[in-house]
Amino acid sequence: MYKENPAFNIKDCALVAIATGKKAHNLRELKDIISTIDEGSVYYHFWGMLLKPRFLNREYNNEFAMWVKRSLHDSVLAERLAVIDPTDYDTLEELRTEVIDTIEERLDENEWINFVKPHRRFHFIRSHIVVFDTHTTIESPEQLVDIIPNMSTGSIFYHFIDARGRGHQNEDDFRQWLSGFGEDLKPLCDKIAGLDPYFVSPHTLRDQLDEIFTEFFRGEVK
Amino acid sequence: MKKLNLYRDIVGEDIINQLKQLAEPLKGIKVVHVNSTKLGGGVAEILHKLLPLKEELGIKASWEVVTGESEFYNCTKNFHNGLQGNAVPVDQRLLRIYEQTNAENADRLREKLADADIVFIHDPQPAMLLHYIPERKGKWLWRCHIDASRPFRPIWKYLRSKVEGYDASIFSLADFAQHLPNTQYLILPSIDPLSEKNIELEEKEIDSICEKYNIDRERPMMSQISRFDRFKDPIGVIKAFKLAKKFTPGLQLVLAGGGATDDPEGEAVLNEVRAAADGDPDVNILLLPPDAHRIINAIQRASDIVLQKSVKEGFGLTVTEGMWKGKPLIGGDTGGIRLQVINHHTGFLVNSPEGAALRIRYLFNHRDKMIEIGNNAREFVRENFLITRHLREYLTLMLAMLHYQDKGRIELS
Repeated sequence: MYKENPAFNIKDCALVAIATGKKAHNLRELKDIISTIDEGSVYYHFWGMLLKPRFLNREYNNEFAMWVKRSLHDSVLAERLAVIDPTDYDTLEELRTEVIDTIEERLDENEWINFVKPHRRFHFIRSHIVVFDTHTTIESPEQLVDIIPNMSTGSIFYHFIDARGRGHQNEDDFRQWLSGFGEDLKPLCDKIAGLDPYFVSPHTLRDQLDEIFTEFFRGEVK
Repeated sequence: MKKLNLYRDIVGEDIINQLKQLAEPLKGIKVVHVNSTKLGGGVAEILHKLLPLKEELGIKASWEVVTGESEFYNCTKNFHNGLQGNAVPVDQRLLRIYEQTNAENADRLREKLADADIVFIHDPQPAMLLHYIPERKGKWLWRCHIDASRPFRPIWKYLRSKVEGYDASIFSLADFAQHLPNTQYLILPSIDPLSEKNIELEEKEIDSICEKYNIDRERPMMSQISRFDRFKDPIGVIKAFKLAKKFTPGLQLVLAGGGATDDPEGEAVLNEVRAAADGDPDVNILLLPPDAHRIINAIQRASDIVLQKSVKEGFGLTVTEGMWKGKPLIGGDTGGIRLQVINHHTGFLVNSPEGAALRIRYLFNHRDKMIEIGNNAREFVRENFLITRHLREYLTLMLAMLHYQDKGRIELS
């Protein structure tokens, strides 16, 4: 038997993007706008973008790095920006400062600045995120085996990705809850910790979580 | 919940549940959409499909159309062309007709619009209704479906003064958004997989439609389905066809389009297209009625390649439709086509008739790639461009507008 733990309330979320009207044509403009933009925009370009349409698995984990690579063709800076892990920072302000420092360092290294064509501009976007209750509550960890495959991608995003920015010491909601049941579930938490949310779609994340929970609780390999 | 249940097999249970939950706090609200035509064009198609779904979710949704004389549509066609960047004349007399027509429509629709909780005004045609209905009680949103990324400034200056009073605006892409004092939401359009235009067809129906329109299913065929509009570059498509044909013996081209009732230029462009085809029996130009959905569906399904060689495009729903049918897309490198066509994965972006011809040759010489790219294209649409995603974003937007304006995070209990 596990320790007693409060029930886990399954939530869902939907996101709608909002144009800020701010656009960058070169690296200096990108840095200047990042320094003043609403912090919701920093959130969006690191986290919110994970719910956006895309075809390929991501090469970089944030949209600043992607733009620097694809539009400015600066691979060095793209790699430096991509290595920034937003979960290392307690607040979006700290994350913003790190991004600015990284760009400034690169600006100091280069004497010239690349401009992009109008259709290649970086558009700063923020979002409204609506969080709602699915009215599904689970009491025991085993129930997740049946719940996870039927979760919406919004639920996966909320509990696995968005949770990291909600002050759980950068943990997802699943690990946060499971750790309350004591040491028995530590191997499960370690497996979940090994999932990288940045490079796969929420659908794939759901499948990966499904595999981990099914294998742990039922011993079945999917 | 009959209609919504039909989508379950295509998008999955989780998406349907999500829609129901999002709509719960919106039950009973009155939502009115206003545009300028119920027939022809992507806006009308989307509204025909979205409204019954909103109704099913408990929202009292309705749709009104502004009407006017031919000069009103000449004026709004100029707005459309101007927003897409063409230097068009700003005729003061036509502007007065535009304003007068909106005033007359406002008188007709006043009671309904003033009483609505949310009013969606689509494109510039009805944009001035806001000005003539000051007693409105709900939130008003201006939905711009047009690629306004680099508008002809005198036109935009006039229109901006008419749309800046809205509570929010909606654009399809960030690139299209213009500087406005209100919140600018970004919502991509969508297609309905269960509509006549997109539903699965039996081969014998496709055969029979092809026979009727002299399309030989034994020979290679490509199509562009579009209104006859210069921004869709039908002449460029014919040029690409002529360049590619000598490398692909027997190649046929179908250019099929209807006329939207709010587009006065269609006939002139159709005549230009016929002249460019120059009597080539393998160029099949079809002027179809607005309700020829199954015919369009069959032509797209019979195609080896679907083209949308626009030089300006809002989103390009015909691109989405072609992709949903598992066809590789050759699309103009512009607007929303860029979001859908990803080189070598869902098709090819091109910048000239020569570029289109090159990709046509490539695909006909790599039949295996044609199939692979077509399959990718269909899955990409399933994930991102179906009506259920569109509806979810509208519901989210309505929640944000009605209850939680300007909060980044909205927690519903």
